[in-house]
Amino acid sequence: MMINNSLSAQTSQISELRQGIVASLPIFIGYIPVAVTFGLLAKSTGVTLLEAFLFSALVFAGASQFMALQLIQFGVSPLQIVAITFIMNFRHFLMSSYLSTIFPINDRSWLPFISFGVTDESFAYFSTQKQHPGANFILGLQYSAYVSWVGGTIVGYIFGAIIPHTLQASMGLALYALFIALLIPEAKKSFPAAIIAIIGGLVHSLLTWLKFFSTGWNIIIAILVAAGIGALLLMDEEKEECL
Amino acid sequence: MKTILLIIGMMSVTFIPRYLPFIAFSRYKTPRLIKRLLRTLPYAALGTLIFPGAIMAVPGYPVAAVVGIVAAIICSWFRKEIILTVLFSVAATFLVLYFSGY
Repeated sequence: MMINNSLSAQTSQISELRQGIVASLPIFIGYIPVAVTFGLLAKSTGVTLLEAFLFSALVFAGASQFMALQLIQFGVSPLQIVAITFIMNFRHFLMSSYLSTIFPINDRSWLPFISFGVTDESFAYFSTQKQHPGANFILGLQYSAYVSWVGGTIVGYIFGAIIPHTLQASMGLALYALFIALLIPEAKKSFPAAIIAIIGGLVHSLLTWLKFFSTGWNIIIAILVAAGIGALLLMDEEKEECL
Repeated sequence: MKTILLIIGMMSVTFIPRYLPFIAFSRYKTPRLIKRLLRTLPYAALGTLIFPGAIMAVPGYPVAAVVGIVAAIICSWFRKEIILTVLFSVAATFLVLYFSGY
């Protein structure tokens, strides 16, 4: 009986993992062109294959990796690049804070792996789902995306030049289409959600146009302004139930 | 070697902000005020991540990107499969680029 129970528990864990991998498919596909481009650019910057691999495998944060390549070319000091990376990726602090309210964080053993896997895309997915995910589902989704990111980098480094330019350019839309696909159902259900998203987009566009702060700050400020306005003005205080 | 050190530095400053909230909030209860702010965060983040980046997704060709954005909005309005929206949007952008000789 006990063997039976642990067996079925194991089976359900594996099926949860598999569900996570299946759910990651849009992210998996979306990462490929971006990762391939990174590999290609890394090569043209004079970074070795091992270094390009380590960038993707250890940092696992797209925008900051591209920025690092550019700054290496400009001859900016590593310490400065690290400082800029910190500001650029500090938005993950906000995302992890949110995810800590829906992830099963009582089981601490997987937390380092789960937190390493937090990206804009996995955050966007988890934060728009009705049900709170289990640890195996989370890991399945995150690390399937990870494989795509790291694999795409290597493929791009070695074979990047043979991918048709038009196809590569149009696949740049993939991750934005993913964000839109996650946002639209929420916006249809709730008008305030749509307004908050529009405020975020407008503030970010304005800040980008003003060029007053760096990219990293722009993102953080835009998210906080939109979330703040939403929390202050649009939330139903009585029910404490959002939107 | 210099690049490896840079990568390790970048990894550290990227990992810590990702990890810290999980540790803090598993040890202490999330304050109510923060919880309230966090609830609207997903929508704020999505809007910020989409704009203005999406419009500039195809370097030097915003029209193609806008077609891709509109295609994604239309598709996700009617169908809830994310993958369908991603493929539809990329295909629409591809067609624009292909026929305009990008």
